[in-house]
Amino acid sequence: MMRLPRFRYRAPRTVEEAAAWLAENPADSMLLGGGTDVLPNMKRRQQTPSTIIGLRGISALAEIHHNDGLTVGAGMTLSNLIAEPRIRESYIGLWQAAAQVATPHLRNMGTIGGNLCLDTRCTYYDQNYEWRKSIDFCMKRDGKICWVATSSPKCLAVSSTDTAPMLQALGATVTLVSTRGQRRLPVAELFANDGMQYLTRQPDEILTSIALPAASGWRSAYWKLRRRGAFDFPVAAAAVAAQFDGTRARNLRVVLGAVSSRPLAAVRAAALGEGEELSDERINAMAIAAAELAKPMDNTDFELVWRKKMVRSLVSDALHEVRGDDMRARRLQLARQEVLSTASASAAR
Amino acid sequence: MRPTRIIGQPRRRVDGRAKVTGQTRFADDIILPRMLHCRLLRATHPHARILSVNTARAAHVDGVHLVLTGESFPISYGILPVSHDEHALCRDKVRFVGDPVAAVIARDEATADVAVNQIDVAYEPLRTFGEPADSLAHDSPRIHDYGDHGNIHKMVALQFGDVDAALAAADHVFDDVFFFEGNTHLPIEQHAAVALKDPDGKLVVYSSTQTPHYLHRALAKSLAMPAAHIRVIATPNGGGFGGKSDPFNHEIVVAKAALLLDRPVKICLNREEVFYCHRGRHPVTMRFRTGVTNEGKITGLDLQTLLDGGAYGSYGVASTFYTGALQTVTYDIPRYRFRGCRVFTNKPPCGPKRGHGTPQSRFGQEVQLDKIAEHLKRDPAELRLGMIAPAEMLTANYLRVGTIGLAECIRKVVDRSNWTDRFRKLPLGRGVGLACSSYLSGAGLPINWNDLPHSGVQLKLDRSGGVTVFCGATEIGQGSDDVLVGIVAEVLGIDPFDVRAVTGDTDLTPVDLGSYSSRVTLMMGNAAVQAAERAREIVAGAVGAKLQIAADRLVFADGRVFDSQNPDRGVTFQEAVCIAEARVGTIGSTGSYTPPKSAAQFKGGGVGPSPTYSYTAAVVEVDVDPETGWVTVPRVWIAHDIGRALNPTLVRGQVEGSVYMGLGEALMEEQAFRRLPPRLSSALVHKFPSMLEYKSPTSLDMPEIVTDLIEHPDPRGPFGAKEVGQGPLLPIMPAVANAVYDAVGVRVDQIPVTPERILRALQAKTAGKPARSGPASFPEIAWPEPLLVTPPREGGDGRASNEPERKSRRKADAGIEASAAVRS
Repeated sequence: MMRLPRFRYRAPRTVEEAAAWLAENPADSMLLGGGTDVLPNMKRRQQTPSTIIGLRGISALAEIHHNDGLTVGAGMTLSNLIAEPRIRESYIGLWQAAAQVATPHLRNMGTIGGNLCLDTRCTYYDQNYEWRKSIDFCMKRDGKICWVATSSPKCLAVSSTDTAPMLQALGATVTLVSTRGQRRLPVAELFANDGMQYLTRQPDEILTSIALPAASGWRSAYWKLRRRGAFDFPVAAAAVAAQFDGTRARNLRVVLGAVSSRPLAAVRAAALGEGEELSDERINAMAIAAAELAKPMDNTDFELVWRKKMVRSLVSDALHEVRGDDMRARRLQLARQEVLSTASASAAR
Repeated sequence: MRPTRIIGQPRRRVDGRAKVTGQTRFADDIILPRMLHCRLLRATHPHARILSVNTARAAHVDGVHLVLTGESFPISYGILPVSHDEHALCRDKVRFVGDPVAAVIARDEATADVAVNQIDVAYEPLRTFGEPADSLAHDSPRIHDYGDHGNIHKMVALQFGDVDAALAAADHVFDDVFFFEGNTHLPIEQHAAVALKDPDGKLVVYSSTQTPHYLHRALAKSLAMPAAHIRVIATPNGGGFGGKSDPFNHEIVVAKAALLLDRPVKICLNREEVFYCHRGRHPVTMRFRTGVTNEGKITGLDLQTLLDGGAYGSYGVASTFYTGALQTVTYDIPRYRFRGCRVFTNKPPCGPKRGHGTPQSRFGQEVQLDKIAEHLKRDPAELRLGMIAPAEMLTANYLRVGTIGLAECIRKVVDRSNWTDRFRKLPLGRGVGLACSSYLSGAGLPINWNDLPHSGVQLKLDRSGGVTVFCGATEIGQGSDDVLVGIVAEVLGIDPFDVRAVTGDTDLTPVDLGSYSSRVTLMMGNAAVQAAERAREIVAGAVGAKLQIAADRLVFADGRVFDSQNPDRGVTFQEAVCIAEARVGTIGSTGSYTPPKSAAQFKGGGVGPSPTYSYTAAVVEVDVDPETGWVTVPRVWIAHDIGRALNPTLVRGQVEGSVYMGLGEALMEEQAFRRLPPRLSSALVHKFPSMLEYKSPTSLDMPEIVTDLIEHPDPRGPFGAKEVGQGPLLPIMPAVANAVYDAVGVRVDQIPVTPERILRALQAKTAGKPARSGPASFPEIAWPEPLLVTPPREGGDGRASNEPERKSRRKADAGIEASAAVRS
């Protein structure tokens, strides 16, 4: 089997301890939540930190706090997150995103914080050392060129987190802690459009929690495209959240996943629906606008032209769902499994 | 049919307990005292001359015991006698990214891993051949210095009757080109091997191999050792599907290392390396020209195939023949021309995967039949029912078919799926498709030509009442141990769990050629029946004499041997064995099986003959989103002509497993490659050698499957059994494509049938272009003059009229012809 490189493992019991240890050598240390992303990457020598700081022993990071909204510890596993009644009831889009990450086994280990910070992915990069040597490496690790687009000055690896687009659409914020203090920023500002420097998190910062705003009046939906009913990362996704004033949508947000190096806010598409009735025609116009924004690259599953087309379909489906249409049959076809939705939740009631 | 008590009953398989409790000992579970670990250094260039290999740094890594290079492996080997083109470690050049160049043997895997990356190899890159078109267009540099011409490995051309006249006389000639992408076996268990020198100085190799006999031969040849000094033990395989039926470089490397170091040496490949071992489905482009009458009868078929062979020969010559071998055993095709060409490319070698060479052209034939039915305004099920080959016929290409349950299979799936009410009657986006297939129940000729049996079985009975059965057959998950035990238990009237099977061990068991070509149940089974009947005869003779009952009145059942006229009169099986042992001494018996001679006397006729063939029909239902091309399969109905199900639990498992694998091939699996821009790089790499990105269905992607078994015992099989391991895979891919046409009216003439391709065809349709996605044309190939063989019904004798006099029949058989008699 593939073997991990040698590294030092440190197990802090508090966030303060973790921050202090991280500050000792931030450039050559990595944080580990569930390890489902970092450890395979290390086996492939994509990342070779000398120190791993394991956050699993910090119980405070796995907690959830109810306030106006909800504050979720970054160390909470995705399995625990989707078992949380408040998530099922009030943040159904987040439930849909988290429940469709990888497989049950990986969700039992993987954390919400880890999924937010998930390394960007690319089929030229997510390969073992010998494979990457065979193409003389790429700029994301050990090489100079981006093989996805050889004239590109920057890395085009794709953002592959399911939860980030949805959290961004929900208007969530994250808290980052370091020995220098702590700061809060909107999820949208956590990401940068660069496959290598895809996080604005500083190397000495720890993402400790995610704050969800109050859910009253909000509806949300997350539609994910992947080849199979399990395992696969998204290759295109649409996250939609909106408040409804009668039948009119307010504070509408549409965020695309897996079509760029960061979650992509479809601002113009959202503006088309702001304060409007979500008629079929309007939804169609919004979906077209969103798809125009998507820039899928040939670095993941499916042909990029088709993925771009699918963005329109995904946005349309998500908007139909938040409008209140029963999309269960269509979801079943795409997801190949039952996925909780507003319609199924109201049917259950 | 004689009533049976074990055969035909759904039973828990004899190796089930060990497997579900995790106690089965696979090759990687073997841990021996003083054992060392091996890692291979693999080529990072697709095609390059090796200028030097410097092992000095690696050899000095603490914990490294040995570093090997191609210098230690001067003797070539390969599965087919005509393609001994592999060396355990590359010597002069590398031929694909992943070709092994050097090996490190160290105290543990991690140390070997570190050291292997300290070997310095200097390469001189050569031109990269990424596609068959490259290999056809450029003769040099040659990937191998043998083969038919340039980078063409093999060309075959056979003609049975005047096909051109048959096509000219047809009312319609259908001309279609198809493409079937390569894919791989994806066994859950990665290949692993452990080698050691036993205290006598002999070599022992444990390996996850489907073919211990062929590995035995390859080790003897490549290590220049007497075969009698080598013992190969096939551990239970965690899946094979044809991917473990070649002798492999890693097996030979650990054997050599164990001999040199006199310590056990182990290797377990990682998943990337399994993708590099490959030997999977060949990518095949094919052209079918089929003449059909207005009544829906085929007058003749002209088939061309082009196979992308990858970097080595493997089973490729046989694979090439197989793309053209089995068309005639399904449907009555009175005249037939087949031309096939396999080229070398700088990719992992292709070989035998479940269905070996036949699924690709089965896809083309069954999709074309769907088009023919559409054109003739006939129901595709009815059309096929009207053209099924008659049972016991000798086909135009001299294959003798046995029983044919295909008509019943078709009727069964038509009935179960409510076909008549649904075909062409479902709303837009929903569709059903039908396809059929047939497959060998074991190849009629061995890989290495000889007159020896293909399978041997020995039985030992003793006073304990226990029976031990010995056979070289290999348990790869398909249930061969259970079939072996079930047959012996049936004949001797004892409980299967009172029988111990010793299998796949070249020291202890008589030769069985291996778990490939769907041969085990029929061949091993017949040998087991013979051995068990001989043992029963010995015991019956002794018991009859002792009890004063005529031996033929004795019944062996329920662990007793008793008088059929007076069941109370008898003894337990254990007492019976004691009586026999006292009377005749130690009790043993043997059985063996050799297939009947083939009627084909022409060169190339060695591929295709089988004692009998299985038949399958399937209906697949699809849902297609006309806006996106997204496709799902909610239901599959499948009926398989098994002859007789020895253990229906296993048979149904094979059928369902075939549907699973078939849907993977139909919808998503691709052994795809990345060719970097040639102006920047000569690199050619496997696109995604991982189980995450090589997409194979999960349980969530599986449909409901309705399986029916059609049982008409074939006298050629043990208790009437035919094969099931491969045939049920074959109709799935074309049935999916045909169902997509029924759903949205577009043809996807290539595998896999992906949403992108469906949508492209839908867009073409909207734009008024042909509603199709698939290859535009078949490449120009300078075919040789075909061998001309007159079909049997036109008075032929199985010989080619234009074949040069062969110097020696035996020599010819030992070469191309017999060696071609292989499959997965």
